[in-house]
This record gives sequence, C-alpha cells and structure tokens, in this order.
Amino acid sequence: MSVLTPHRHPGLNLGHTDPETHREAEETLFGFWVFLMSDLVLFALLFATYASMLGATDGGPGPRDVFEVSSAALETGVLLLSSLTMGMASIAMKYKEPPHRLYGWLAATLVLGLVFLGLEARDFIKMASEGATPQRSGWLSAFYALVSTHGLHVAAGCVWLALSIVQLAVFGLRSEVKLRIMRLALFWHLLDVVWIFIFSVVYLGGLA
Amino acid sequence: MSVEIDEHEKRRELRSYVVGFAMAVGLTAAALLVVVAGMASSTAYAVIGVAALAQVVVHFRFFLHIGWKRSTRDDLQLILFTTLIIVLMAGGTIWILGNLHHRMM
Repeated sequence: MSVLTPHRHPGLNLGHTDPETHREAEETLFGFWVFLMSDLVLFALLFATYASMLGATDGGPGPRDVFEVSSAALETGVLLLSSLTMGMASIAMKYKEPPHRLYGWLAATLVLGLVFLGLEARDFIKMASEGATPQRSGWLSAFYALVSTHGLHVAAGCVWLALSIVQLAVFGLRSEVKLRIMRLALFWHLLDVVWIFIFSVVYLGGLA
Repeated sequence: MSVEIDEHEKRRELRSYVVGFAMAVGLTAAALLVVVAGMASSTAYAVIGVAALAQVVVHFRFFLHIGWKRSTRDDLQLILFTTLIIVLMAGGTIWILGNLHHRMM
C-alpha cells in the first residue's frame, strides 16, 4: 500500500518509488486516459459500421471464405504476450531494475508488435490474392477499415516503443521519459482490448 | 520506504500481470475452442460474447489497474460514461440500419 498516494491513475502507479513523478503522472495520465476513451468511441463506431455491413457481400467472398482461425488465434496470442512484456517493462521501470531488463522487455514488446503487423499484412495479402479487396463489397470495406485502423494504431505504438528506447539511451530514466513510457503502456494495453473485440466479433463471430 | 515493502509490492504487482495474462489466455482459448469444435451457432455466440466481456474486465482490472477503490480518480466514471456513449451511438446505429435493412427487404 502506498501511503503517499491518495489518488491513483490508470496503469501502474509509481507511488512511493518516485513520489515527484507520481504527482505529475496523476494529471498527465488522466489527460491521456481521456484521449484513449475517445479513441475507443472511434473504434466502437467502426464496429457499428462493420455490424451494419454484415452480410453485405454482394455475392463476393464472405467470412468463411477468407478467414483462417489459426492465423487470427496466433495474432491474438502474440498481442496478449506483448501486453505481458509491456507490463514487465513497467515493473522494471518502476522498481529501477538494471537497465538491460527495461530495454529487454521494451525490445521484446516491439518485436512482438512487429510480428503481429507482419502476420496481419500476410493475412491481408492472402485475402487480396483471393479477390477479397476493400472495394469488392460493403462488408470487406468495413472489415478493412476496422482491422487496419487497429493495425495503424499498433504501428504507431511500435514507433513510440522504438522512440522510447532511443530516449532511454539518450536521456536516461528521467521523469519525462518515465511518463511517456507509462502512457505508452496504457495505449498498448488498450489496443489489446480493442483486438479482443476484433477477434471475438469479426473472426470468431464470422466463423461460428 | 523500506526495501521489504518494495519487494512485497513488486511481487504483488508482478503476480497481477501474470494472473491477468493467464486468465486472458484461458478466456481466449475457451472462445476459440467453441469455434474450432463447431458448436451450434447460437451457443457459440453466447460463449464468445461472455468470454469477450469477461476478458475486457480482466484487461481493465489486471493490466490497466482500474478498480472499485474509492481513491481511484474519475477514471472509472469516465469508462462508464464512454460505455454509455458507445451503447447509444453504436447500438443506435446498428438498430436503425438493421431496421432499415429489414424494411427494404
């Protein structure tokens, strides 16, 4: 229990391990949380569009023709694992573990993020080669809009991860760098939540 | 702050991430199995829906550390408000367009 922290913010709280940064974090992270919630509304509306377009295949390929459960499951596993490594990175940062651990966990998260993007790109290329391109039907347009918006978020998260590693090397574990990594962790965990919905609604729902 | 308290808190937080991860994997696997086993659609939808919602709660609780504690800032209220907006906007969209689709058939 942290005696010094009457207020908590989303994500791992630094608490008494760094009281000064913790006080700063309260406001900064709440502001970022507001952004994340608005981002969630954006995704919800893409989901609503997708749901409205279910069945609008115009005689073209449908979910059963183009989805592969094994590939979607693998992507889910990779993203879940990356959430765990991001959590480990947060803990390594909070408890001032030897720097190579923090670098290691951040690098592992970055690699997993890139593997996820690679798998998704492979899915898209395979779908396109089967004639399932965004312009083929309303359903496919909605599918690509939703899934690639998530993919773009993950790509942005990867850039952010790479920049965090550079900033750590240049500035060390300064307060600002810590706050950025804490926001990155929130962003990354929330993307995982969005993916759970994509996996459940789009992939599993389409194949069930 | 003493080293022992730090160690204790660290172990607790470490466990939180690992437990959250294990639960998330379990719920994903359950939903996946239902689809792979080829269960009847209505049952499958129900299991997938329940597993997905449970998993979202797990992620918020164990990864994003959102709780019922009174000391938690307005984060939980913000989540609930966002949920309301999402239900209104996404639910409303699906309802209206579904109805329209039905009438055009």
